[in-house]
Amino acid sequence: MALHRGRGFAAINYPIGMNLGGDPSQALVHSNPDGKFTVALSAIDLGQGMKSVVRQIAAETLGVPVEDVYVDTADSDTGPHDMGSFASRGTHRMGNAVIRAAQEARSVMLEAAAEELEVDAADLVTDGRGNIHVKGAPSRSITTMAAAQAAQFRQGRTIAGRGIFLVPLSDVDPETGEMSPVTTFAHAAMLVEVEVDDETGEVAVTDMQSAYEVGRALNPRLVEQQLRGGAWMGMSHAAWETTEPCYPARDHGPVDFNTYLMPGPGDLAPHHISVLERPAEDGPFGGKGPGEMCANPVLPAVVNAVYDAVGVRIDELPVTPEKVLRALRAQGGARPRRRL
Amino acid sequence: MKDMTNPGMIAFRKDLFADERDDRLNEVGKPTRRQDILGHVTGRSPFYDDHLFDGLTHLRCVRSPHHAARVRRIDTAEAARIPGVVRILTGADVPRNLNTLLSLLDFGIDDEPVLSTDRVRYRGEPVAAVIAETEAQARAAVKAVRVEWEPLPHVLDVEEAIRPGAPVVLDIYPGNRFVYHGKYDHQKLRYGDVEAAFGHADHIVEGRYQMSPIEQAPIETCGAIAAPEQNGRYVCYTSTQALFFSLGTAAKVLNLPSSRLHFIGGTVGGGFGGKVDSIHEPLAILGAMLTGRPVKYMWDREEEMQVGAPRGAERWYIKDGVMKDGRIVARRFTGFFDSGAYTRLSSYAVIKAAGHLPGPYTIPNVHADVYCVFTNRTPATAMRGFGITGVDFAIEAHMDKVAEVVGMNPVALRILNAYRDGDMKAHRRVAKNCALIECCQVVAEKAGVRLSPELLAMSSRRGGGGERGRLPAHTATDEAGRVEGFAAQGYARRGGPRPVEPPRQAAPGPAPVAASASRAADPRARGAAAPAAAGGGSMPPPAAPPEPPAPAPAPARPGSLRFSSISGFRRR
Repeated sequence: MALHRGRGFAAINYPIGMNLGGDPSQALVHSNPDGKFTVALSAIDLGQGMKSVVRQIAAETLGVPVEDVYVDTADSDTGPHDMGSFASRGTHRMGNAVIRAAQEARSVMLEAAAEELEVDAADLVTDGRGNIHVKGAPSRSITTMAAAQAAQFRQGRTIAGRGIFLVPLSDVDPETGEMSPVTTFAHAAMLVEVEVDDETGEVAVTDMQSAYEVGRALNPRLVEQQLRGGAWMGMSHAAWETTEPCYPARDHGPVDFNTYLMPGPGDLAPHHISVLERPAEDGPFGGKGPGEMCANPVLPAVVNAVYDAVGVRIDELPVTPEKVLRALRAQGGARPRRRL
Repeated sequence: MKDMTNPGMIAFRKDLFADERDDRLNEVGKPTRRQDILGHVTGRSPFYDDHLFDGLTHLRCVRSPHHAARVRRIDTAEAARIPGVVRILTGADVPRNLNTLLSLLDFGIDDEPVLSTDRVRYRGEPVAAVIAETEAQARAAVKAVRVEWEPLPHVLDVEEAIRPGAPVVLDIYPGNRFVYHGKYDHQKLRYGDVEAAFGHADHIVEGRYQMSPIEQAPIETCGAIAAPEQNGRYVCYTSTQALFFSLGTAAKVLNLPSSRLHFIGGTVGGGFGGKVDSIHEPLAILGAMLTGRPVKYMWDREEEMQVGAPRGAERWYIKDGVMKDGRIVARRFTGFFDSGAYTRLSSYAVIKAAGHLPGPYTIPNVHADVYCVFTNRTPATAMRGFGITGVDFAIEAHMDKVAEVVGMNPVALRILNAYRDGDMKAHRRVAKNCALIECCQVVAEKAGVRLSPELLAMSSRRGGGGERGRLPAHTATDEAGRVEGFAAQGYARRGGPRPVEPPRQAAPGPAPVAASASRAADPRARGAAAPAAAGGGSMPPPAAPPEPPAPAPAPARPGSLRFSSISGFRRR
């Protein structure tokens, strides 16, 4: 018996947002009299950080500190319509809706400030720390709080904004499949190392090296969280998981986490990530959506690495020890390739 | 054992594409701590299951033990006598007991009952729901419901399912295949002429790839808690990934104006695609309507894994024509999505997959036939990478074989064939904002894979377009897979299919409240009455300004009107 090491490579792109478009998102932004903003949505935070990323987008657009923005979601009585958190659409679609709503609110805020400062609103800028001042003259300033109070109690203005983002629905040609699937794509490349035990058929992923192009990384920690978790999920898809281990037969279906196999902490491979940021033309500050695609390159990279290690092609996922052993037997033992 | 105290490094390559970004921003780009993280790590964030009510009841379903069976009789008498049982629901209690999720996008025929009355099509399909004071009492009562089954032939394999004579899963799709554009039993992609190109290729490389169903495996299992509110309204706390999608689905099957529904969610314990199907909300609300009490419907882990829709299995066949220098000149796909017993979202995934082909490469001849196939298994649904993950596995495993056949480094083969800005893609749109080459180069550099100076000098931003940006002079098309009897209209232009007249059982339960509501969603009314008015012409009236009744061409932006239905408006 022996352990064989191998390396496998894969590269992918990923469409951002619902295929064909037609999936709108809305946002409402308003300020209270203290100059603190609430963003009302119906988006869902699944743990991916939806609320946090749109909070940063809203703060950036409004020109206020992130602490002055709170995101409220998802109550159908108060949050405007959104298609949902899927298809890597949250950041792209909701981010754009929030930008538009925040721009509208910001323009009212600047008008209120301009009236107090007796200047033209077009000459005003925000410093991102809670102040509005005349461009080039920081001393002629007013706090966002004072501007909001003036708007509410003296001027009778509502500092609020509405935003919607919709990629119009595309047609599909029945004869050729001509269509506009999405407006932007994320990208990834992945090289994994595996160890294959030719006695037991077990495959261990020992290392992952990747490059992910995600548009602008709106929050680098949230991006990292997605890429690490997602790549591990890809690893798990490659070598562990299925609800139907005898597919297409339905026998021996797992019913709990004792029988539904997933990697434990000791099985996870270190993952060395490079993040590339080519901004999307129509993304919020150039952002795309790293959520789904980070798993995809790992599946093929693992089967390619198994081939590199022992010379058997496992074209049916997951790569179970049984499949590896049967293939090794049929081949008459391991035949390492070592091409990478 | 690996040292997982160091999960690996992360580097942000700000040097790449720097000229396309303005990095002078205040908040965006900062590693700001999440707004909700303290609540999450201290166990204080409220999830749907934290919204408990006085007098909360528990709902559990009676499920089919067969892959396919006729339901002869459902006897709930004994179960109803179990202590704590409040009410037992059957299909007759569901106001509109037939739905397909994408009907909210005008796509697909209503095919799936909330509680089946006459026939089951997968093991685990629900036929009754018990509401009891405690979960244990609900479980006991479920066991006491007597169902008389007549097992029927079933089919589990996608390619067996499309053979003549296979057991028919859904009568409305006699070929066990979803119908696209009212015209074909699959989605076509045709670009250039693959057969001609195969004839000139130096090598032909073929492969078959199979993914198995995969569980989304959220920590929090799917569910909903519904309770009567004031003014005839119902509140529903839900784990949904799509609040208005679930609200719209509930409004439809319960025949309620959406204004009577108040959905609250937003903080979900993992979704990964498994919380889009809106299975729980309608039954929990129906229970609250019929009992006047709060009702919780939550899957246990076994249901989550075996009844909850998984990532569907996919089978892909790929055939490539390759030149000696590694250029791929033709690529043909045949793909089968295993939709399981009902459509759910698989029909959408097929179009998404077709639009994704042939992967991130510029290949001058591409041909794909992608099928959404019905089998007698748990319906499939969305999961992370829906419509893409399976075919990316197939494409990239295949690329490895191509590299071996032509004797090239696998990274070099990708860079050589990678799409670049200005290239024409197989779905006939020009590529932009590409970055595949750069990703490959960065990984090669990190991993010590030696690339030639030419490959290292390549860029997504140079060398694309021109000849690579032109549509093929000739595209081979065909009428294979033509079906008759389905009217074209709706989503995706000549879009969603409608049968001419499938035999439909009368909807049991209360009569529809609004006549216009049932007409709007009734396939017969639209498929048969206005088959000629393709495109947006047969749209039900939206809540927007009125349109002329029968416009000849599809409106330029039909989607904006169509999606008014998501909020349930179009059904009122």
